[in-house]
Amino acid sequence: MKFLGLIRANLFRKKIRLFLTLGSFAVAMSLFGILVVIRVGFNQGIDVAGADRLVSYNRVGLVNPLPLSYRDRIMQIPGVSLVTHHNWFGGVYQDPKNFFPQFVIDPENDRKVFSEFSIPDDQWQTFLKDRQGAIVGAFTAKKFGWKVGDRVPLQGTFLPGTWEFNIDGIYHGTRAKDDETQFWFQWANLENYLEANKSLDRYKGMVGWYVIKVDNPDNSQRVAKAVDALFSNSDYETRTDSESNFAANFAKQMGNIQFLILSIGSIVFFTLLLVTGNTMAIAVRERTSELAVLKAVGYSDRFVLLLVLGEAALIAVIGGVIGLALAKGFTLLPANVNPVRTFLPLLYLSGSMFAVGIAAALSVGLLSGFLPALGAMRLRVVDALRRV
Amino acid sequence: MVRVDGLGGPGSLIQARGLGKTYSRGGEQIHVLQALNLDVQQGEFVAFMGPSGSGKTTLLNLLGGLDVPSAGSITVAGDEITHMSRRRLTEWRARHVGFIFQMYNLIPVLTAFQNVELPLLLTSLSKEQRRKHVETALGVVGLSDRMHHFPRQLSGGQEQRVTIARAIVSDPTFLLCDEPTGDLDRKSADEIMELILRLVKEYKKTVLMVTHDPVVAARADVTLHLEKGVLVEAGNLQSVSSGGVR
Repeated sequence: MKFLGLIRANLFRKKIRLFLTLGSFAVAMSLFGILVVIRVGFNQGIDVAGADRLVSYNRVGLVNPLPLSYRDRIMQIPGVSLVTHHNWFGGVYQDPKNFFPQFVIDPENDRKVFSEFSIPDDQWQTFLKDRQGAIVGAFTAKKFGWKVGDRVPLQGTFLPGTWEFNIDGIYHGTRAKDDETQFWFQWANLENYLEANKSLDRYKGMVGWYVIKVDNPDNSQRVAKAVDALFSNSDYETRTDSESNFAANFAKQMGNIQFLILSIGSIVFFTLLLVTGNTMAIAVRERTSELAVLKAVGYSDRFVLLLVLGEAALIAVIGGVIGLALAKGFTLLPANVNPVRTFLPLLYLSGSMFAVGIAAALSVGLLSGFLPALGAMRLRVVDALRRV
Repeated sequence: MVRVDGLGGPGSLIQARGLGKTYSRGGEQIHVLQALNLDVQQGEFVAFMGPSGSGKTTLLNLLGGLDVPSAGSITVAGDEITHMSRRRLTEWRARHVGFIFQMYNLIPVLTAFQNVELPLLLTSLSKEQRRKHVETALGVVGLSDRMHHFPRQLSGGQEQRVTIARAIVSDPTFLLCDEPTGDLDRKSADEIMELILRLVKEYKKTVLMVTHDPVVAARADVTLHLEKGVLVEAGNLQSVSSGGVR
């Protein structure tokens, strides 16, 4: 502790340089934090995926549907306990910028399959009885100021027309990362619409994908194989994946986010290493005689090494904390200020990722300070004083 | 008394025997010091003079444990320092040597108080004990009222006094002064020399000083000349110049 004054005095020796170096760390670490947040946002579906849920979709691609008739045949497979189905709706609320995912659901089984979503029973009962009813996630409800009883119009895209819905209920996730942005309405509503629109017959009796609940996660692989085998060589072959794989593949459609983040992160850290390393080298070089005097009066080589490393580490940690705090602030910005939230509603920087960020900053700080510190440690007093 | 003939007894505070220092530059061997002997007693004030490159500072560095000799041995207060490891030598310096440099070499971002406190941070003294020691040292050099000034707020003479306070604060066995007045005007130089003399007379400090200035050297108990790597007393300089070595 008694040497902290020495470290602090050395740090504040050149205030502009200190603030610029801290700024470099802060910018780099905020970028790192934001990249981590975005990665978490993309992987949210993977993180919350149920181990006992499989998703079966058209082998040709997710945009191609599957017949509703598959449901009963899937139910016959040993190990399957429940089957529900979803369709993508893709409607627009007032403006295409107001994106949120909308699904046509099978109300009979959906709640049992997705038990992590909590909806008051009275609201669910109202929804079951209301053909124009909708259940909306708490995040989306708050975003648009919707409450139970409101009537909400959505403009259909590939199912054209104005769709009017009654908000019958609002669901909440029971876990921190559960998605609270979805909007659900009944399969029967879609069927009615298709009955009235003969030109859209191709969608009749077709579902987007099935979600299969298995009785035991250990059976997942076997059930998935059995589903795909059942519909092989048919007009609508299936591909059945665990829900986490399905979510990962869905995220991959946006590009290789992991690779992108890793590449940008690596470049940022490498640049930071060079910039800080250069700064530390200059800082040590201009203090050669002072370091020599410290050694002359009895400070050991090891102490001088630790002094320089300590300064580098302190800059890194302070800059890292500032940068990660900025990233945390980014996650707290409301959707109307932060456009990223439109596509990735769950922006979340966990405590563990914050700690990883600080550790990364500290590593860069120590690495950048290592060579200058080694030089300072090896400095011979006699040579250093001769240079003055 | 100071001796350079190698015949001093075992009671000498500083004893150098057969001291040699050779540098290698561009494949050429340069013998800066050759078979040098020195005996200094407790409380003596010795000045070293000689032309540039004669090895004065090299000798001071060897005696202060900042450099290691190529030959010979140095014993200080019974400790043979020549074969100490770098780490032990550093610890030894902290206990036994106070350095006063020509360019002061204060740390500009620390106040006078903090600069003087530096050697004490290595000790087990409490903060309060350190404060008392620093205040005493700054009092001795007459800078009690400049304690919280930074080096840039002090004159050259005052900076050198802070350096002296830093050198004496841990009560070392002896002081090594390398051109302590070399960067000062005559008035400031006289003040610094008065202070060093006070340390010798009142506090019984042993001082070894390198200087180019004969006026400054004249204040010492004895002046030794380094010529061609050999140490002689002032009175015997002629014999060295004519090729004789004691």
